[in-house]
Amino acid sequence: MSGLRLVALLPLAALLSGCNFVVLDPSGDVAAQQRDLVVISTVLMLVIIVPVMALTAIFAWRYRHSNTSARYEPDWDHSTQLELVIWAAPLLIIICLGALTWMGTHLLDPYRTLGRIASGRSVPETARPLEVNVVALDWKWLFIYPEEGIATVNELAAPVDRPIHFRITSSSVMNSFYIPALAGQVYAMAGMETKLHAVINKPGVYQGFSANYSGAGFSGMRFDFHGLAGKGFEDWVAHVKAGGGGLDRSRYLELERPSENEPVRRYAAVDPALYKAILNMCVEPGKMCMSEMMAIDAKGGLGLAGLNNTLPLTYDKYARRGAVFGPEATFVAGICAIEELDSEMPKSLAAPRRMTPVTGSGLKPPDFTANKLLSTSFFVGQRPLSGS
Amino acid sequence: MFDTSAIAKAIFGRLTWESLPLHEPIVVATFVVVAIGGLALLGAVTYFRLWGYLWREWFTTVDHKRIGIMYMVLGIVMLLRGFADAIMMRLQQAIAFNGSEGYLNAHHYDQVFTAHGVIMIFFVAMPLVTGLMNYVVPLQIGARDVSFPFLNNFSFWMTAGGAVLVMMSLFIGEFARTGWLAYPPLSNIGYSPDVGVDYYIWALQVAGVGTTLSGINLICTIVKLRAPGMTMMKMPVFTWTSLCTNVLIVASFPVLTAVLALLSLDRYIGTNFFTNDFGGNPMMYVNLIWIWGHPEVYILILPAFGIFSEVTSTFSGKRLFGYTSMVYATVVITILSYLVWLHHFFTMGSGASVNSFFGITTMIISIPTGAKIFNWLFTMYRGRIRFELPMMWTIAFMLTFVIGGMTGVLLAVPPADFVLHNSLFLVAHFHNVIIGGVLFGLFAGIAYWFPKAFGFKLDPFWGKLSFWFWVVGFYLAFMPLYVLGLMGVTRRLRVFDDPSLQIWFVIAGIGAFLILLGIVAFLVQIAVSVLRRESLRDVTGDPWDGRTLEWATSSPPADYNFAFTPVVYDNDAWWDMKRRGYRRPLANFKPIHMPSNTATGIVLAGLSTALGFGLIWYMWWLAAASFVALLAVAIGHTFNYHRDFHIPADEVAQAEGARTRLLAAGT
Amino acid sequence: MTVAVTLSKGAAPVFHLEDEHAHAEGGSTMLGFWIYLMSDCLIFAILFATYGVLGSNYAAGPAPKDLFDLPLVAVNTSMLLLSSITYGFAMLTMVKGRVGATQAWLAVTGLFGLAFIGIELYEFAHMIHEGATPQRSAFLSSFFTLVGTHGLHVTFGLVWLATLMGQVARYGLIEANRRRLMCLSMFWHFLDVIWIGVFTFVYLMGMLR
Repeated sequence: MSGLRLVALLPLAALLSGCNFVVLDPSGDVAAQQRDLVVISTVLMLVIIVPVMALTAIFAWRYRHSNTSARYEPDWDHSTQLELVIWAAPLLIIICLGALTWMGTHLLDPYRTLGRIASGRSVPETARPLEVNVVALDWKWLFIYPEEGIATVNELAAPVDRPIHFRITSSSVMNSFYIPALAGQVYAMAGMETKLHAVINKPGVYQGFSANYSGAGFSGMRFDFHGLAGKGFEDWVAHVKAGGGGLDRSRYLELERPSENEPVRRYAAVDPALYKAILNMCVEPGKMCMSEMMAIDAKGGLGLAGLNNTLPLTYDKYARRGAVFGPEATFVAGICAIEELDSEMPKSLAAPRRMTPVTGSGLKPPDFTANKLLSTSFFVGQRPLSGS
Repeated sequence: MFDTSAIAKAIFGRLTWESLPLHEPIVVATFVVVAIGGLALLGAVTYFRLWGYLWREWFTTVDHKRIGIMYMVLGIVMLLRGFADAIMMRLQQAIAFNGSEGYLNAHHYDQVFTAHGVIMIFFVAMPLVTGLMNYVVPLQIGARDVSFPFLNNFSFWMTAGGAVLVMMSLFIGEFARTGWLAYPPLSNIGYSPDVGVDYYIWALQVAGVGTTLSGINLICTIVKLRAPGMTMMKMPVFTWTSLCTNVLIVASFPVLTAVLALLSLDRYIGTNFFTNDFGGNPMMYVNLIWIWGHPEVYILILPAFGIFSEVTSTFSGKRLFGYTSMVYATVVITILSYLVWLHHFFTMGSGASVNSFFGITTMIISIPTGAKIFNWLFTMYRGRIRFELPMMWTIAFMLTFVIGGMTGVLLAVPPADFVLHNSLFLVAHFHNVIIGGVLFGLFAGIAYWFPKAFGFKLDPFWGKLSFWFWVVGFYLAFMPLYVLGLMGVTRRLRVFDDPSLQIWFVIAGIGAFLILLGIVAFLVQIAVSVLRRESLRDVTGDPWDGRTLEWATSSPPADYNFAFTPVVYDNDAWWDMKRRGYRRPLANFKPIHMPSNTATGIVLAGLSTALGFGLIWYMWWLAAASFVALLAVAIGHTFNYHRDFHIPADEVAQAEGARTRLLAAGT
Repeated sequence: MTVAVTLSKGAAPVFHLEDEHAHAEGGSTMLGFWIYLMSDCLIFAILFATYGVLGSNYAAGPAPKDLFDLPLVAVNTSMLLLSSITYGFAMLTMVKGRVGATQAWLAVTGLFGLAFIGIELYEFAHMIHEGATPQRSAFLSSFFTLVGTHGLHVTFGLVWLATLMGQVARYGLIEANRRRLMCLSMFWHFLDVIWIGVFTFVYLMGMLR
């Protein structure tokens, strides 16, 4: 009988072995730790789930109507000891899981600078993270490497075992930046910046995509993520640079227009202020940047004079932007150019790396969020940096 | 001066011939089938001269029992539509591999998954849950009707009006292509300039008014109209869960109304609540809609918990174990459901402390839920379990729901959510709790209370067939999605690259097909039961040896529910009455005060639907006219002061006498 | 309470009421209306929250201090508060059963309400004329929506008030009409409370910002 059952399970086993359980077998340290949490939590819960399922089956069988030998106590409806147990058992599991959640959530906060590149291997003191700026466009991904001065569309590469620091935003609608093999996902939202710290440990080609539905071309919003060992990354950068072509604002505005299933594109040079302009939604010439607008707003706005400071919107992503009863679509005219607001993107992260392990409630958020973000309220999400 | 296009625009707004989806062969074929079916139905109603009967006895009724049945019919009809969407999605995902685009283009597919979610939640689960509460709660508490019978009729027709708008979108224009919660900026006018999102907004607004009012109505009913002796802690558990559900409805649906109103302001007059520019903030919408959305989940599951409590206790022939802790668990879930909404978007980047707070509150909900499962378990312990259909659904629920609960708690761990969020694992999780919890509960409830509503049981053979198709189909359809989620496959994708995924989608498709057979078997079950009603007849009014008051009266109950208002001493009131030798009173009947039927509800809801249609298509004259008419009819209705009548004592005596003879013949 | 006749054992409890267990006509109305008001309150809570989040996003446009005319709003507030007082008088006279006086106070209430709406519309028109439209910034969107929703409620209250005056004129202060006047009274005072929130939170604190 049991042999038969095993045979019946064979096709299932074959089916499962042929699959790539990337979430359970990732190649990046962050995703691996997240996998560990998934597994530990599941096991913890099985401690209570399995007995419940077994008891359901046992009670249902034992106390079936035809089994007159089983005890029947129609008025038995209370037992203080049992009540204590049935509330305490889930409570205990949740206390364990809650502690695990608190620890894990802080340790694996995507905003937290990495403390290690793999289990037992801390980040070398000399290593600076690779900076990558990610922009979700309709419907493709733009990756800007500010330090290398290059940009790519629908292709991402990073050296193995070097921490990567992603800054993520979107040009229009919400997407979610997700490379399962590397690390968990983070939303990409227009006018806002989210961050992700991650590291890839094994060379290879991995799938990345948008994990949040964003419209018609959503299914095609995929890209390859290359983990490159040794000199691979430098070679790849050199290859991109050799390819020629540049991405400036006007080319970006062309690129930004909706398109589906875009092929890989590489740009040997990129306007250093472009990412900041995208994040602040002021790539279009003359449009006021979010950072300038927020600085003005923080000082109380521009008064009644500000009412005249709008211009009609000429660029249009879709057929129509204005509402039926609204006025013509407009935008707020900028006073400063993006270059005047700030000379360039910061060359390196100012944030100190925290090497000490996180321990419970005494935890402080990483320093760089405290003084640089205008608003970190959970209700409005992360706002762009103002004047940084 | 006037050219014809300007006139057409004034009359039809943005509705043109191009708005009709004539280029979509699937939609045209569906339309032909629906039109033929609809005409046949209308023809039959006309041929058998049923219009007057339907209008007088059903459409204008204020009887909570008939309104409850109409809610159930609406829910089942919409289930067919919502399931058609599901099977289309399954088919598309099963074939769109190796460069194939499948058979649905993005424009159509994106509408299908949006409509599936909206319909299943708002127009299947909600009407079925509301219908059962409407039917059962007044009977369980020994009341003649709900507190506001006219409002009840109006609420139903508003829900139906919303459903009509969703169905219209299939053939006139299009539905939203945004996902079922319509996150901006995608749902804003810049990215969704067409009518789809407007259909979404107005369907939910019209139906939402109905839901909120029916919530107020049932709270008042439960608080004010309980039979003498029925203290709060003697209420049947289903009534308790209904109370909590309706509190949740009243305390959450206004949030939906407000947030959709803000979205419509953005879309209609160009305000900047959820835009990217001018200081708007789309993430506010996400927060606000989930402040409604999470309680909504509990609005659906709590009544199901109530049904399982009644069924377990009845079919185990035993008092419910831990009544008090069951009640407290329900109340705790009600309160906690407001403190967890952020777990739907941990990935927004709110920071570790905020994420952990909401993750841990979410886990805390599993404690009272776990306690409930144990309570059902110990109700079965030392019982005499009869495996009738409702009990089978309950056992299937207990085994299935714990898996869904486990994956739910897993998703509440923020770092785990980062890798599983928006994946098919998530889709599998919420179908696991909604099908394995809500839907199994509703089927248990339908099988349990059907004999009360119609006087005969449902056919057990077809019922069991449906049960097995549903349960096996569910596991086949959704376990592969868990697997796919662990392979990093995200939801709402239309085409796939990786051919190794296909086999799992094919299995899921087979599961969906089995569920289809389950639905067909359910419909056959109802038809067979109606045909064989004489052999399935129950004259006692108490076919399951029930425990609560609804089984004390006849099946179906008379309009007045109870000839005399019952007095309650125990939370298993009817069980207590049976045990202590209660005899039905046979004389001294008094006239009974009842509310009168009115057509105002259906008229108001019809005008609201027309108002919504006018706003969707920018037919301003229609919107203005129906708004004015709406006000006029509502004000006119308040001038009617004669809204009730008395059933004469003779009539009551006749009805009760007939029952006495039936009971005597039956024994 | 009478004992059911057909019970076999003398000691058995009463399982049903002999007399029709009459729930007072409209006995649930006050509770139901109160719950409705709370659900309405939730809509305002969302609008307040929206204003709280978006209220300082001026989009480089005008801020509250550039737009609000506090003396005008103070006059407006006094109109609404006075209307609540006069509604109170209407209720007092209603209790005494004096139809004419009740109608008169209701009419005064209506006039104050109309004055409130008139001043609010003037304020809105003035702002829109200057170019501070709801579309100009998220602050203005949420301001117009919050204040406008309150104004819509008052307008609806006025329609209701007129309807009720017609019904009192036609049928007198019968039980049903008294109940309806009570409901409108709760509605009217509720709007007063909301307005005090608007006045403090939007206007006063806006000028301080």
